[in-house]
Amino acid sequence: MAEKTNRLGLTPADYKGSKTTLCAGCGHNAISERILESMYELGIPPERVAKLSGIGCSSKTPAYFMSRAHSFNAVHGRMPSVATGALMANRTLIGLGVSGDGDTASIGVGQFVHLVRRNLPLVYIIEDNGVYGLTKGQFSATADAGSTSKSGVVNQLPAIDTCLMAIQLGATFVGRSFSGDKKQLSAMLKAATVHRGTAVLDVISPCVTFNDHEGSTKSYSYMKDHEEPIHELSFIPSYEDIAVEYDPGATVSVRMHDGSRLQLRKLEEGYDPRDKLSAVTRIMSSHAQQEVLTGVLYVNTELPNFYDLLGLPDVALATQPQAVTRPPKKVLDEVMDSLG
Amino acid sequence: MSKSASPVINDMSLQVATVNGSGSQSANMVLLRTLFQMGVPVSGKNLFPSNIAGLPTWYTIRASKDGWIARRKEIDLLIAMNAETAQEDTLSLRPGSAVVFDEPLKLSGLRSDLAFYPVPFDKVIQPVTGDAKVKKLLKNMAYVGVVAELLGLEMPEVEAAIGKQFRKKAKAAELNVKAARAGHEYAKASLQKHDPFEIRRMDANRGKIIIEGNAAGALGAMFGGVTVVTWYPITPSSSLVETLIGYMRRYRMGADGKSTYAIVQAEDELAAIGMVVGAGWAGARAMTSTAGPGISLMAEFAGLAYFAEIPAVIWDVQRVGPSTGLPTRTSQGDVLSTAFLSHGDTRQILLFPGTVEECFRFGVESFDIAERFQTPVFVMSDLDLGMNYWMSDPFPYPEKPINRGKVLSKEDLERLGGFERYRDVDGDGIPYRTLPGTDHPQASYFTRGTGHNEKAQYSERPDDWVNNLARLERKMDTARSELPAPIVDESGSEVGIIGYGSSHHALVESRDQLLREKDLKTDYLRVLAYPFSPEVKAFVERHPRVYVVEQNRDGQLAALLKLDLPVELLTRLRPMAHIPGLPLDARSVTDEIAAREGL
Repeated sequence: MAEKTNRLGLTPADYKGSKTTLCAGCGHNAISERILESMYELGIPPERVAKLSGIGCSSKTPAYFMSRAHSFNAVHGRMPSVATGALMANRTLIGLGVSGDGDTASIGVGQFVHLVRRNLPLVYIIEDNGVYGLTKGQFSATADAGSTSKSGVVNQLPAIDTCLMAIQLGATFVGRSFSGDKKQLSAMLKAATVHRGTAVLDVISPCVTFNDHEGSTKSYSYMKDHEEPIHELSFIPSYEDIAVEYDPGATVSVRMHDGSRLQLRKLEEGYDPRDKLSAVTRIMSSHAQQEVLTGVLYVNTELPNFYDLLGLPDVALATQPQAVTRPPKKVLDEVMDSLG
Repeated sequence: MSKSASPVINDMSLQVATVNGSGSQSANMVLLRTLFQMGVPVSGKNLFPSNIAGLPTWYTIRASKDGWIARRKEIDLLIAMNAETAQEDTLSLRPGSAVVFDEPLKLSGLRSDLAFYPVPFDKVIQPVTGDAKVKKLLKNMAYVGVVAELLGLEMPEVEAAIGKQFRKKAKAAELNVKAARAGHEYAKASLQKHDPFEIRRMDANRGKIIIEGNAAGALGAMFGGVTVVTWYPITPSSSLVETLIGYMRRYRMGADGKSTYAIVQAEDELAAIGMVVGAGWAGARAMTSTAGPGISLMAEFAGLAYFAEIPAVIWDVQRVGPSTGLPTRTSQGDVLSTAFLSHGDTRQILLFPGTVEECFRFGVESFDIAERFQTPVFVMSDLDLGMNYWMSDPFPYPEKPINRGKVLSKEDLERLGGFERYRDVDGDGIPYRTLPGTDHPQASYFTRGTGHNEKAQYSERPDDWVNNLARLERKMDTARSELPAPIVDESGSEVGIIGYGSSHHALVESRDQLLREKDLKTDYLRVLAYPFSPEVKAFVERHPRVYVVEQNRDGQLAALLKLDLPVELLTRLRPMAHIPGLPLDARSVTDEIAAREGL
């Protein structure tokens, strides 16, 4: 039997990374698998991807998938600025940012806020487990009030809902998923990858070592009991010429920038991810009901992205030739004349 | 005093004392330009407060037939427009100086050894405008007219300078010309000159330009091929990027109407440097511009860029620290901390422009250096150089083509079959890199601030760590002889002077004073870069006594020299500190060297 290949003729092995060094059973490993798989299935050339991360368990993961993609493991909480610089320099890259809840919601919250405001085309994955794993289990800012640490300490501060914050700040694609939900996460990743704006994906990803106990609201068993998918996702890539029948009353179909479609079959009446106000209201009510609402919570494919706002050309700034980046001598002469 | 005292021609300083926000800057620029246009070497220093309006501010203009353009402490002509400082300013003058003052300030009785010129500015300006707000602004141009009459400035040149200052505002130009004329006519009719200071036309400025260092740096960046610029507003660096924005909009738009660059105002200095590091990694010529507090914030990223070997250009337009310090005053106080910016064994490349032409030159070359050595380059300007106007020869067009350093292309990788990111192939400590987006399966590598081996793989092995740190040191050693070489002027004296940056202008004048007044010949080395060139050590070896003059308290460059030099040379260094926040003046240097030399 011939080896399985994608539309580029690449095999899943071409999307592999080095062996993970995270704990067995860590949710992050499942997310890495989904990323690898969705990139393979979308047929994205690995060399076109820039993997970017901050510091923490989550931020180590870019080493564990797609070794053929360039990768930058930066400093704590500062991946957004590095990503902004890298992607401005070369807008032809597909930006894939991997962060965690500490990296995003605490030390990096300032950069996260401003990244989202700029609507930089970047998939921003928050591998969210509610604790600092590498420093052995301190609460992060996404830990729910009232949840307990492994040693029994009760978290007294309210959680930051990164999705709610992202919607309010102007993110144009906001989703929440669960590392254990293969189908949903895979579809969400694909849609986020072809989206040309900031896509914030908060993926609940249990920490088996420090936050998988009774009293945690980020454990496998808590997610099993409290995950509330708001719709069923499917992603139809632009290159698959399939006519899909759907009932507009039961399904929302979003056309992505490259012509692919994200189909959201409603599991809950009245939820339209294109309606910001109702999205915000519903997410807030989910807090009160102790539900973890998952799905594409908000999407807007109309707004200009950061490249549009900067008036960038289609080519990479980084590799423009000297003829473009150094004005001719007559320009210097003209300026010198004006200063005399 | 009488007019019979022998005239002092083209050798004076005038100081305008006003209130911040009163609009005097245009008038001061017109005075500066008038002198420039009359062919007299001139310099201007804005001594301003950290304030938008209300606090006292001074502007000094020096005219020097000998071409000295450093600050001169002594003021010959005071224009006192600020009630709050008028008395103290007047009392601090040397006997024989002159004072033009707003008549209601009633300064004439303060001293009998000065030439006083009272001017009722409100009355003088009354016929030009009735609008109180406009009147307040035009009073400034009226003192230009008064000074023109007293010093002998040519009114057509004053009017041409006003035209240049208000070239986009014809109505304002017309009103200002009227105000200057009103001042001029009043002085002609009502003031009897009784001081010796005169300006006469010379021809020393032919072909010269006049520009601030920040604008020169901006121009350099544009011709250096900058593609990504990030910044967070901070005095005194903001005008560098603001000027750059203007030039880039005009001269760096592509044929398709799109920008050939991106300029982003970041949310803080952490993000500004983060974007530069990301952009540099992805292959852009990326820069940011800041001052001391911003440099402190950038420390972590500076270490990452050093260790992960990412090109970046950071302008530090230095102001007075520690802490918020004196935000609108000049210093060279960031040298030591920037040389080692970040934790661990970090070492940074510094460039020290001393003239506006060097701001332009380093604006261009900093990118070549950053990409050649794959490391951050800090251009250590300062407020005096950056925000004041300086005369200069026109800047030469960069002849050397842009050098992107050791970058492997797809074709290179096909030929080589792969590469190792941190391997010292050439023995100079500088490895090869690829840019993200290079379409070759062997192009990628993993960039990290954690320990890594030659293949850029995570490693905690002691030998990998030691080898990598040793290579980084080797790279800096390579830089020593490739960075801009020091400028040396010597004739075999025992006394050497080492200086850098904006101190240069006071030092050349001081050497002249030492020679004329004390018969002391001095040799001079001006440092242009750190890590130091071997020539610096050789200079110290040739001079038993070396004065290291700098504008900070602790002798920061001297401290760096002490780390570099062999122990037997250390006692030769004599640090000289100047920290008042005002640009260095020659007299202070001359007096101190003379005293320490026992002269």
